[in-house]
Amino acid sequence: MTAVADPPAETTAEIGKSRLRKEDQHLITGRTTWTDNMSLPGMVHLAILRSPMAHATITSIDTSEAKKRPGVIAVFTGQDFAETQGNVPCAWPVTPDMVNPGAPSLAVTQVNHVGEAVAVIAARDKVSAQDALEAIDVEYEPLPAVLDMEAAIADGSPLVHPNTTSNRSYTWAFESGAAGTGAPIDDAIASPEVTVTRRFIQQRLIPAFMEPRSTVVQPIGEGVTVWSATQIPHILRTMLALTLGIPEQKVRVIAPDVGGGFGGKIPVTPEEIITTLVARRLGKPAKYTESRSESLMSAHHGRDQIQDVTITAKRDGTVTGLDVHLFADMGAYLRLVGPGVPLLGAFMFPAIYKFPAYRFVCEGIFTTKTPTDAYRGAGRPEATFGIERIMDELAVELGRDPMELRRQNWITHEEFPFTTVCGLTYDSGNYEAATAKALELIGWDELRREQAERRERKDPVQLGLGISTFTEMCGLAPSRVLGSLDYVAGGWENASVRVLATGKVEVVVGTSPHGQGHETAFSQIVADKLGVAFDDVEVIHGDTQSSVKGMDSYGSRSLVVGGIAIVQATDKVVAKARRVAAHLLEANEDDLDFEAGSFTVRGVPGGSAGSSMSMGEIAFATFTAHNLPDGMEPSLDSDATFDPENFSFPHGTHLCAVEVDTETGASLIRSYVAVDDVGNVINPMIVEGQVHGGLAQGIAQALYEEAVYDAEGNLVTGGFVDYLVPAAPDLPEFTTDRTVTAATSNPLGVKGVGEAGTIAATPAVINAVVDALRPLGVTDIRMPATPERVWRAIREGTTGGDRAASGTIAYGGARTGTTAGGGAA
Amino acid sequence: MTRINVNVDGISYTDEVEPRTLLVHYLREQLGKIGTVVGCDTSNCGACTVALDGQSVKSCTLLAVQADGGDITTVEGLAAEDGTLHPVQQAFHDHHALQCGFCTPGMMMAVRDLLQDNPDPSEAEIREGIEGNLCRCTGYQNIVRAVQAAAANLSSTGGQS
Repeated sequence: MTAVADPPAETTAEIGKSRLRKEDQHLITGRTTWTDNMSLPGMVHLAILRSPMAHATITSIDTSEAKKRPGVIAVFTGQDFAETQGNVPCAWPVTPDMVNPGAPSLAVTQVNHVGEAVAVIAARDKVSAQDALEAIDVEYEPLPAVLDMEAAIADGSPLVHPNTTSNRSYTWAFESGAAGTGAPIDDAIASPEVTVTRRFIQQRLIPAFMEPRSTVVQPIGEGVTVWSATQIPHILRTMLALTLGIPEQKVRVIAPDVGGGFGGKIPVTPEEIITTLVARRLGKPAKYTESRSESLMSAHHGRDQIQDVTITAKRDGTVTGLDVHLFADMGAYLRLVGPGVPLLGAFMFPAIYKFPAYRFVCEGIFTTKTPTDAYRGAGRPEATFGIERIMDELAVELGRDPMELRRQNWITHEEFPFTTVCGLTYDSGNYEAATAKALELIGWDELRREQAERRERKDPVQLGLGISTFTEMCGLAPSRVLGSLDYVAGGWENASVRVLATGKVEVVVGTSPHGQGHETAFSQIVADKLGVAFDDVEVIHGDTQSSVKGMDSYGSRSLVVGGIAIVQATDKVVAKARRVAAHLLEANEDDLDFEAGSFTVRGVPGGSAGSSMSMGEIAFATFTAHNLPDGMEPSLDSDATFDPENFSFPHGTHLCAVEVDTETGASLIRSYVAVDDVGNVINPMIVEGQVHGGLAQGIAQALYEEAVYDAEGNLVTGGFVDYLVPAAPDLPEFTTDRTVTAATSNPLGVKGVGEAGTIAATPAVINAVVDALRPLGVTDIRMPATPERVWRAIREGTTGGDRAASGTIAYGGARTGTTAGGGAA
Repeated sequence: MTRINVNVDGISYTDEVEPRTLLVHYLREQLGKIGTVVGCDTSNCGACTVALDGQSVKSCTLLAVQADGGDITTVEGLAAEDGTLHPVQQAFHDHHALQCGFCTPGMMMAVRDLLQDNPDPSEAEIREGIEGNLCRCTGYQNIVRAVQAAAANLSSTGGQS
């Protein structure tokens, strides 16, 4: 007798099925566990006083009045925690001489960006804490704002940090000749037949996850339990321990429901440290939840690069060299992986093209702005933009069709595996297939004809066609590669599979979802691997006490790395179960077939008594342990830690048709086709959803979003009134499709999909807008390509807007050096 | 403090509130209706949307005292008492119209109102109709599909539940 039901009669594969999500039920009924929903007995509520100055010395802080306010329990400044708060951690010293001036969670003597935390109030309720903020008296001695990256590293620039000698944090360089991965770049650029050089601006963006960050900390003895809206409970645990000197085993971190991240919840935050400090100091649970305006000015930003790109080619179009120089704005401080973000792009600028020579130099620079760190794609959207824009420019220079030029230079499907000029080995891909499908879906030739007609008749609404044939490196990351890049951690992932007495299965994963649908997709994998029902699999994540080991979720790694750990753990379960089955069926292990959740003795007619055992029967037999092989421990449970040997390389062809009204400057996306190759697919519905969301963010960079600072270093786009996260009418209906070229670097053949849409979309849109306007003399458009910028570009023959850092105050790049708060309000 | 009487998801409450208390804070902090969330502080994101006397409102844009005497439905009261999902909830699940789910309560409440006013909206009308609700995950495409499905379901079953 067993306690389990028979296995399902129908044994169709779960992998590849559009299973509806297990995650949805509690989210659509409001039974959620967002961190801010949490309330603990005796909990105090925190409010943070933030700097109104971009750069200033704190000359005095008087908290005495605030402490007298009703309901206020305590007020702390940086001085109160100066000895204990340590520094907000940065885990990526990208060069041995990288300058990291330190990052206090609460400013002690100086503030370096608007929104930096200066004091914290603990009160019995949130309103009392917020009310008392106005009673804190801070005197600042203003210092000059440092906003423009190039000016910041020029001689005589004021220093952001007084304990440094330059605003340059690091210079990181790669050169294919020196690296032995290609020819010397100097040879390529010394005597090219054709050279095209462009400067592209990656504007500053804000991740803008919908759930504002929130942290609850409960002190327990020497230790703490921390609930936080984070992508990285495991890394946070280790970093909190190291930063605050709490033994790691005394720190438990829980990521409950987390409302989006997009990289924005990757770093360890000052607020997490502050909340922990206050909770421990008071011996009471404490909660801090940011407002949206706090989030926009103090949670990290993304992008913000100046890209100087030179491409060389033969007259016949064959590319001969790529030379890239980046200025990357770190903002005021180095966050967890901030310095490394632009360097992920170092490996992606050559993209899908066969460059013989390549150089990449990146200078990381301090300014008095909000720190930057990962935002969806993290370094790779920037690189993809740079290369896909310059390929179009080269095509124009050569008088070639931009797709034909790409085709001439890309890696053909017969050439995989292919080692690129920066030393990465792309395992698989088929750029021809994805491109052919995309061209057909959008009706490319017909659109080209229409474009010609509109140009011919000087239609005020011009049509532009944009291409992005992209690849990305996903599945962060092989630990050895991270080591070679001086990252301080590995890139493995852990999973354990527990088989319960009733045959149900628990899968404990180290990845930490915040909208991706891991519970559903991982259940599908386990269902197939163990032959159990989809609904019999429970995925456990996000609590370091139950999910002990993990490297969390970012960089399209959860399936590609975490999913493989699950596969390996299930393989171990099956191996153990095989031993039990062989023993009980009195057969040789090698004579057992395992299929659809049952072990069957090969050669014995199906259905005959004693010829097969289901996983459920084996689970129960293992649970009772009455009759197991000699010396075998009574458990099928297994654990695996997978460290990938290589990245995965999703790719695709995105095509965009934009109608640009040359009289108003308005750009309207008429059609957008995305053909992605993300390898094998576990759940097509989820994959499509990931692509949609990625496209929205990539298109938003092209057309809508920009974090704008005024000349004094105030964030002008400090609310959703001004920071334009697109709403439904701002986005088109996307046409998505896939080609499938399985990854050869992992047993599932998967490549990752979380970032693809964002990486690909931005250059497709901008190439289309520029294509529409090229006959009018426009060769580039500053992002976001707002109507004002486009209008201005047409009339002035410019890119439509100067860099925000030079004193731009409004959307559309009103190029004024003056300051005003109302420009964008 | 001001005394208010409200009915929220079928339960009557009488409470003393500060005149400045926003409806969303009253719902979350005094009533424990944490299904309704706060996503911004400028009435842009719509995550806090609830129905007041049948009309969707952003509960961060209304004072609790303004809801005095009102009948409020939040996401927690959307499903039937037996747990049967509202057609909008079901459609959001069926069409993968949510990822992280943070905007979802407000989005669904806005959609419910939209379909009351316009039982058969075009795609453009749907997009315009949910313009006041931001979603960062989905790119809206599956939300549009879900609204279309919910509209079809509601019209075939004879209207709003």
